Amino acid sequence: MKVKCRTISRGYAEGPLMITRDPISFLGNVDPKTGKIMDVNHELFGKSVKGKVLFFPYGKGSTVGSYVIYQLFKNGVAPAAMINIESEPIVAVGAIISSIPLVDRLQNDPYTFFKDGMLIKVNSNEGYIEVPDY
Amino acid sequence: MYLTKEEEAMLDGEEGETLQKAIEILVALGEIYGADRLIPVKSAQIAGVSYKTIGDAGLEWISDLHGKVKIPSVLNPAGMDLHDWKKMDIDPEFAYKQQKIIEAYEKLGISPKCTCTPYYLEGFNASYGDHLAWSESSAVSYANSVIGARTNREGGPSALSAALVGKTANYGYHLDEMRKPTVWVKVECELEGSDYGALGYIVGKIVGNGVPLFTLQGKPDNEELKFLGAAMAASGAVALYHVEDVTPEARNNKFIKPDEKMFIEKSQIREIYERVGSDINDVDIITVGCPHCSAAELSLIAELLEDKTVNKEVWICTSREVANNHPELVRSIEKSGAKVVCDTCMVVSPATEKFRAMMVNSGKALTYVPSMCGVPTYFGNIYKCIREAVKE
Repeated sequence: MKVKCRTISRGYAEGPLMITRDPISFLGNVDPKTGKIMDVNHELFGKSVKGKVLFFPYGKGSTVGSYVIYQLFKNGVAPAAMINIESEPIVAVGAIISSIPLVDRLQNDPYTFFKDGMLIKVNSNEGYIEVPDY
Repeated sequence: MYLTKEEEAMLDGEEGETLQKAIEILVALGEIYGADRLIPVKSAQIAGVSYKTIGDAGLEWISDLHGKVKIPSVLNPAGMDLHDWKKMDIDPEFAYKQQKIIEAYEKLGISPKCTCTPYYLEGFNASYGDHLAWSESSAVSYANSVIGARTNREGGPSALSAALVGKTANYGYHLDEMRKPTVWVKVECELEGSDYGALGYIVGKIVGNGVPLFTLQGKPDNEELKFLGAAMAASGAVALYHVEDVTPEARNNKFIKPDEKMFIEKSQIREIYERVGSDINDVDIITVGCPHCSAAELSLIAELLEDKTVNKEVWICTSREVANNHPELVRSIEKSGAKVVCDTCMVVSPATEKFRAMMVNSGKALTYVPSMCGVPTYFGNIYKCIREAVKE
C-alpha cells in the first residue's frame, strides 16, 4: 500500500519500522556513538535507531540536535529514514545535512496501520511511503 | 512553494552538493512555515560558533562543506578571545577546536568577526525594510525593532544556508502581518541605562514570542533599546518589539493598541536589582558588554575607570572591529587592570564557569549566566558595576 506524504528531506530508503509516541530530543536522548536511546524515561530506552525507519511524532529540544543527527550519520548508526506526524526545524535540518529521507503529514493516520518491525519504504523524492499489504 | 528555474536546478544538484543541501534546508523550512517563495537577503549572521555549543558534531559538519557565501556573512560570538585566549585561562584543547571551527567558516568566505552586534560592523549596516538572515537573538531583535529591517531568528544551519544561497524563505517576520503588535506594555516610570534590561527581563517572561508595543515615559537611545531587546529575547522569545514614537515602524504606522495589555511600575524594576543569588561579597568577576559594547559604551567605561585600579576580574566584551577602531579606549580601560575581551562573552565562554558569583548590567546575561554557566548573578547599572570593580 502506498501512502502519500509531505517531503521534508529528499531521498529513498527502506528498513524495519520503529515506532514511538514520545517526541525525540536528539541532543540528550540519543547516543551519537551507538545510536541507542539513552534517556531512561523514553519509550525506546536501550534500543538502537541504526538502520530503522524511525517514526516519532516530532522533534524537540536544543537545535544542536541537528548536528547530533549528523554525527549518527558519520558514525554509521543513523536511522535509514524518519517519519513524523509534523516535522520541526531541528530534525528537518539534521535529516537534510545527513541525507536521511524525512517525511511528515501522512495522508492516512499512521497509528491505524503502522506495526513495529514491518518493512517500510520511504520515497521522499516522489512523496510517498510504501508498507506491505496485510 | 514556488521556485524559479535556477532554484529548481540548484535543488536538483546542478551546482554541487553543498548548495543542494543548503537550498533543500531553506525549502524544507519554507514548507514547514508555509512560505510562498524564497527572497534575497542582504547579509547573514551565523550562529553555531562556540565549541561549547556545537561540539565535535558541528565542527565535523561545517568542515565537510564546500563553496563560498554569496552575501556578506559574519559569525556569532565564539567561546574565547580568538587572539588572546590565554588571558581568559582557556583550556588549550578547547582553543584548538575553537580555532578549527573558525577556520572552517572562513574557508566558506565568512568573515571571522565573532559578534552579537553585527550592526556595528562595516559592510553589515542594514536599513529600513531590508531582508536579512541573522541568528543571534539580540541582533535579530535589534535589526527588526531598532532598524526596522526584517529577519527571523535563523538557526545556525539555516543562516549558513541563506549565506550560501543568498536567499531565505519568505515567512514569519519577513511578512507585514506578522509584525503587528500583539500586546501593549505601558511603563509608568522613567527608566535609564540598565533599567531597560530589567524591563526586558520582566516583559520577556510574560509575553513569550509575542510582539510588544511599548508606551514609555522617556525616549531611550539605541544602546538602551539594545538592552531592552536582548533581555526580552533571552527571558522570552521576543524577536520584534515597537516603541511608540521611537522605533521606525511605530513611527511609520499608526498601530492600534492590542487588547492584551500590562503595566510596569518602578517597584518591579527595582526588584530585579534587589534580587540576590548569594552573598554580594562572593562577586569575584564583573562583566559588561552583553550585547557587545558600542564605541560610546567603551568611552563611558574608560571615563569611569580613569585613574582607577580594579581589584577583581573585569571583562569588557566587544567586537574586535570596534576594539580595533578605538585603540585609545582599549588602552585606557586596560590601564585599570580590566580586560577588553573580543570575539566572545560571559555567556558562551567556558572560562566563566569557575567564578563564585558574577555582577552584570545586562538583563540577557542575568537570564543566561546562572543557568548556562552555573554562576549566581547580580544585577547593577554600569556605575554600580564599576564601583564594585574598584572597591578596596
